[in-house]
Amino acid sequence: MADFVSGFWNAYVMVLVFLSIGFCVFVLVSNMTKRTSGPVGLHDHIWDETLQEYNNPLPRWWMYMFWITIVFAITYLAMYPGFGNNQGKLGWSAAGQWEAEQKAAAEKYGPIFAKYGAMDLNAVAADKEANAMGQRLFLTYCAQCHGADAKGAKGFPNLTDADWLYGGEPETIKTTVLGGRQGMMPPFGPALGAEGTKDVANFVRSLSGLAHDSLRAQRGKELFGQNCAACHGPEGKGMAAVGAPNLTDKTWLYGSSEATIIETVTNGRVNQMPAFKEFLGEDKVHLLAGYVLSLSKSSTPAEGKQ
Amino acid sequence: MQSQTYNYKVVRQFAIMTVVWGIVGMLVGVIAAAQLVWPELNVAEWLHFGRLRPLHTNAVIFAFGGCALFATSYYCVQRTCHTPLFAPGLAAFTFWGWQLVILLAAITLPLGYTSGKEYAELEWPIDILITLVWVSYALVFFGTVATRKTTHIYVANWFYGAFILTVALLHLVNSAEVPVSLTKSYSAYAGVQDAMIQWWYGHNAVGFFLTAGFLGMMYYFVPKQAGRPVYSYRLSVVHFWALIFTYMWAGPHHLHYTALPDWTQSIGMVFSLILLAPSWGGMINGIMTLSGAWHKLRTDPILKFLITSLSFYGMSTFEGPMMSIKTVNALSHYTDWTVGHVHSGALGWVAMVSIGAMYYLIPRMYGKTEMYSTKLITTHFWIATIGIVLYIASMWISGVMQGLMWRATNPDGTLTYSFVESVKASYPFWTIRVVGGLLFLLGMVIMFYNMVKTIAGQKAYDAPVLAPAGAHA
Repeated sequence: MADFVSGFWNAYVMVLVFLSIGFCVFVLVSNMTKRTSGPVGLHDHIWDETLQEYNNPLPRWWMYMFWITIVFAITYLAMYPGFGNNQGKLGWSAAGQWEAEQKAAAEKYGPIFAKYGAMDLNAVAADKEANAMGQRLFLTYCAQCHGADAKGAKGFPNLTDADWLYGGEPETIKTTVLGGRQGMMPPFGPALGAEGTKDVANFVRSLSGLAHDSLRAQRGKELFGQNCAACHGPEGKGMAAVGAPNLTDKTWLYGSSEATIIETVTNGRVNQMPAFKEFLGEDKVHLLAGYVLSLSKSSTPAEGKQ
Repeated sequence: MQSQTYNYKVVRQFAIMTVVWGIVGMLVGVIAAAQLVWPELNVAEWLHFGRLRPLHTNAVIFAFGGCALFATSYYCVQRTCHTPLFAPGLAAFTFWGWQLVILLAAITLPLGYTSGKEYAELEWPIDILITLVWVSYALVFFGTVATRKTTHIYVANWFYGAFILTVALLHLVNSAEVPVSLTKSYSAYAGVQDAMIQWWYGHNAVGFFLTAGFLGMMYYFVPKQAGRPVYSYRLSVVHFWALIFTYMWAGPHHLHYTALPDWTQSIGMVFSLILLAPSWGGMINGIMTLSGAWHKLRTDPILKFLITSLSFYGMSTFEGPMMSIKTVNALSHYTDWTVGHVHSGALGWVAMVSIGAMYYLIPRMYGKTEMYSTKLITTHFWIATIGIVLYIASMWISGVMQGLMWRATNPDGTLTYSFVESVKASYPFWTIRVVGGLLFLLGMVIMFYNMVKTIAGQKAYDAPVLAPAGAHA
C-alpha cells in the first residue's frame, strides 16, 4: 500500500497497464481474418526490385498462444499485486512469503538446533553430530574469511592453533561470534619516527627469538615500554581483554618480517569480525562456537598460552 | 535526371568494421572466459576480468552489433526508399563518431573509468558523443525515409526506425548523471529507482538494440537472399506493434525478489510472458518466407546463417519469458543460465544474422554478388554453430547445477554446498565455454580472410539509384 506517494501514481500505473494489454488485444482482434481457400494475396508494393509481401493470415496456433499469455497476464494481475495498489486476491507479498518461509524453517529446524543450544559448549565440541552441523554452518558463513580449513589468512586468524586474540574460553569464543570484534591497533609512525619504529620492530622480533639488530632492539625496548606496553604488556605477552596479541609466540596475524612489523607499527591495523547474533540466532552461534572449540582442541596447544 | 548512386561508402566502412570489431570483441570475450578457468591470466589490473568483461560486452554489442546495424540500416533504407542517404556529411560523421566512441571505450574501460551501469559503463563525455552520433543517425535515417520515392515504408524500416528512436530515449534517460570530474560521474537516480532505470534500459537495450534493429536486418536480408516475398504483411503489423508496446515493460524481471516493489515485479513478469507471441511473430515471418524455397538451405550458406539465427531467436525468446517467471527465476537468477541465455541470443541470433547480412553485403560493396569463397562461408557456418551449441549447453548445465547446489539443504536446514564448491563444480563447463567461444572466434577470423580476399584488387562500387517499380498488377 505504501508503494505510492499519491493516488495519482496508482491511477497512472493502472491506466498504462490497461492500455498496454488492451492495445495487444486491439491489434490482435483487428487483424484476425478468416482463412480463405483461394491463393494468398500478394501486396502490390515492390521495394528494391524484388521485395514483396504476401498477406497470409495470422497462424492460428500463434494467435492462441498470444491469447493464452494475455489471459494469463490478466488473471495473474487479479491474483497478485501488480495492478496499481491492488494487492491481488491471494494477498501475496514477497515480504510475506519470506516471513512464512522463515517461520516454517524455524519450526522445522529450530528444535534441532535448540537441542544443542541447551548443551554445555564443551559437550557440543565433543559431539560428533553437532560438529558436523557446526562445520556446515562454518563453511557457509565463516569460510570466506577464515578458510574452509579454518586456518585463516593474512589478517584473518587461524582458528585451529589454540592461540586466541580475545581468549579461548568456550564462552569467550561464543561471545566473539555473537557480538563480533573490533580490532584496532593505533598508528605509531608519527610518534616514533622512522628510526624509532625500526628500533621497536627489532625489539618485537627479538621477543620471539627472530633475527634482529641487537643494538636497535636495545633502543626499541625502551620505546616499547613507553608506547606499546599499555596494551601488549611489559613483556609483550599481550592482553586478551582488548585483543592485543601476544608478541612472544610464533603466531602472526599480519606477518613477522621486519617490513611488515614496521608497516603495522607505522600505520596501525584496523580489523573487524562481524556479529552473527541477529543474523544466525543464538542456537546456531552456539553450534559454531562448539565447532571452533573442537578445532583448537584437536591440536596441541603451544606453550605459554594464556 | 542525372544518374545518381546510392551512398555505399558509409555502408562499406561500417561493414568492414563490423568484421574487425567482431574479432576484437569476441577475442576479449574468449580471454575473459579463460580468466575464469585460469585465474592466473588476470595479469595486470587493466587486463583484469572486472575490466575486460565490460570491454567485451561493449565491444560486441555496440562495436560489432552497432556497426552491423549502421551498415545494414543505411543500405536497406536507401535501397527500399529508392533514394541516396539524406545528409551524407552527417552519415560520414556517424561513422567516424561511432569509431571514436569505440576507441574511447577501449581505452577508458581497461583504465577503470566506469559509471558502473551495465551496458552503459562509459563515462559522461563519451555519453555526450554517443548522443551527438545518435541524433545524427536519426536525422540521416528518418531524412532518407522522408525523402523516399515509394508510397509505402518497407517493414524493415519500421523496425530500424523503432530501434533508433527508442535507443535515443533509453540512452538519454539512463545516462542522466552528475559529473564530478572529467572522468567520473554519479547516476542521477538513487537506490532501487536507479536499479529499475538501469534494467528498464538494460532490457530495452536487448529489446530494441539487439532485437528490433536486427529484426529490421532480417526483414531485408532474408527475403532478398531467399528470393521470396515476406510471408505475411499482417503478421508483421501485429508483431511489430505488440513487440514495441510490451518490451518497454519487461525490465523488472531482472530484479525479481529484490527491493523493487512487488507490483513492479509482477508487471515485469506478465509483460515478459506476453512478449513471447510478438517475438515469435518475427521468427515465423522470417522462416516462413522460405516456404517454397526450402531447397536453397542445402546449398546457400548465407541462408543457413539467416535461418539458423531465426531458430536461435525463437529459442531465446521462448527461454526469456520462461526465465521471467518468478519461480523459474528463483533458480536461474545469478547463475550461468543467464549467461547462456544471453549468448544464445547474442551469438545465435544477433551475430549469426549479422554475419549472414555481411556476407550478402560485402561483395555488393565492390560490384560483386558473391564472396571470394562460398566454401569458407559454409565452414564458418558449421564452426560457429558448433561453437554456439558448446557455449549454450555448457552454460545451461552449469547454470542449473549452480542453482540446484545453492538451494540444496541438509536435513538440519543448513546448506549442503558451500559457495566455493559450486565454483569448483563449474570449472569443466567453463572450460567447454572457452572452447565454444574459441570456435566462434575462429569462424570470425575465417570471415575476415574471406572478406580480405573478396575486396583485394576490387574497386569500391556505388550502385546507381533505381526508380521504384510500378504498381504490381
